[in-house]
Amino acid sequence: MSIETKDVEHVAKLARLNLTDEERDMFTEQLNAILQYAEKLNELDTEDVEPTTHVLRLSNVMREDIVQESLAQEKVFRNAPEEEDGQFKVPAVLE
Amino acid sequence: MTLFDLRLQDIHSQLRSKELSVIDLVNEAFAKIGERDERIGAYLTLNEDGARAEAARLDDKLARGEDLGLLFGLPIGVKDNMVTEGLLTTCASQFLSNYDPIYDGTVITKLKQADSVLVGKLNMDEFAMGGSNENSSFHPVRNPWDLNRVPGGSSGGSAAAVAAGEAYFALGSDTGGSIRQPASYCGVVGLKPTYGLVSRYGLVAFASSLDQIGPITKNVEDAAFLLQAIAGYDPKDSTSAQVEIPNYASALTGDIAGLRIAVPKEYLEGVDPQIKASVMEALRLLESLGAVWEEVSLPHTEYAVAAYYLLASSEASSNLSRFDGVRYGVRADHAGSLIDLYHESRSQGFGPEVKRRIMLGTYALSSGYYDAYYLKAQKVRTLIKQDFDQTFEKYDVIVGPTTPTTAFSLGSQVDDPLTMYLNDILTIPVSLAGVPALSIPCGFADGLPIGLQMIGKAFDESTILRLAHAFESNTDHHKRRPAL
Repeated sequence: MSIETKDVEHVAKLARLNLTDEERDMFTEQLNAILQYAEKLNELDTEDVEPTTHVLRLSNVMREDIVQESLAQEKVFRNAPEEEDGQFKVPAVLE
Repeated sequence: MTLFDLRLQDIHSQLRSKELSVIDLVNEAFAKIGERDERIGAYLTLNEDGARAEAARLDDKLARGEDLGLLFGLPIGVKDNMVTEGLLTTCASQFLSNYDPIYDGTVITKLKQADSVLVGKLNMDEFAMGGSNENSSFHPVRNPWDLNRVPGGSSGGSAAAVAAGEAYFALGSDTGGSIRQPASYCGVVGLKPTYGLVSRYGLVAFASSLDQIGPITKNVEDAAFLLQAIAGYDPKDSTSAQVEIPNYASALTGDIAGLRIAVPKEYLEGVDPQIKASVMEALRLLESLGAVWEEVSLPHTEYAVAAYYLLASSEASSNLSRFDGVRYGVRADHAGSLIDLYHESRSQGFGPEVKRRIMLGTYALSSGYYDAYYLKAQKVRTLIKQDFDQTFEKYDVIVGPTTPTTAFSLGSQVDDPLTMYLNDILTIPVSLAGVPALSIPCGFADGLPIGLQMIGKAFDESTILRLAHAFESNTDHHKRRPAL
């Protein structure tokens, strides 16, 4: 499989990145080199191998459903680029 | 000989006998930083006022004769991807250049409980992605042994600070080798614990199934103490392991008679001849101390780097989606719409390596490619883990070099990501298997440190610490200091 410029543009859109023409060309070349190297994995027959998502084999770690202290609003907004009336402010989504 | 060359117990007995005070230790750290860090570049943010206030509090505690914490009075530097309340935490990224955390990560809380003193936050590759520290978006770190060479990465600041005497010890984080490789390049001890032993709460996530915090120290004994302070179950990290924490220092008995060591032949192939010679010499020494070693095969080693870059980048692309310019971090100006705000903030905030990994991970997870790349890599991860499981049925420890070369020159690999990735070929398989490993100095090649890697069974940090301590007690490599 080889990646073309239009694939890189599509992936950049999915990843919410704007690329300059220079970056787009550089990533096309570098991602091709990396994925070509990754083709190596196809030398291995993994038909009957279970995937490892996690070495600890934990699943659904829950805590008791009890009320705990939450963060003060002042702390929550300490790093907010823009806030208004206790809400994070962003450009209008709907006209 | 400086204050930081004293053993932890000796520092504590001098504190108790009033020959030394905590402020002396803190002054030593800032004096060395002032004298050297302009050349080294290890620190991003200093906690000078906070550290002096903490020193005064600890000196009072000492005067009152109270019980002293395990790491009492010792100045520590922490990699800048661990959140510290009220002290900037940037991950060496422009995106987080103004990020003022609202809580302490669990390791930071534990360091405070152990009475250590936080000196400052250490430089790193942006979001822990890289092996040379050249991906810091603020400034590179230089190797204390040769200022024209890299310190390794991504915990380059942590390893360089310890090697240069700018902290008594440091914390790093390791995803594919980011503690062990810089420790090797800088001639210090670096320990990546078993996945799940140390809480990741408050560690800015890179690849969540691999990330693990660990000590970077001048010697094995300090690594045992620092690990003791930070290990343990944490309900705030759902992947934290519920295991009994042993007393690590009591494992340092010096007795390694009968210990069974496996040496993977794949770890000696393609390695610099001086490194190979140094590893063979180390094995002869361990043999003379009563350990036995045999060559073994970990047949899937050559597939680890490919599997790792697909898995780690996929996890990173998901984890880094939180950086959207809405709740924290640097927001792009003048974005017309919410979508533009996401795009512009991310494009301006992330450096090239971070974008490259996000692109790779997004592609590997995207519709139509998931099975071919992500799922395939997860299956190969199983095969790599089985290599380790099978070897540990017959052996106690796996030993080999930490890296195929010594520290390379600044700028020599920045344009070639794949070559850069291959530097991690001996540390990545261990990360994929989730088992613990440490790097310890075992010699020098042309004046640059060589690291010996010791890999243990899951949650058996004690055995690799015992082996490393026995090795260290019979060698002088760890006593050498760079001329600065």
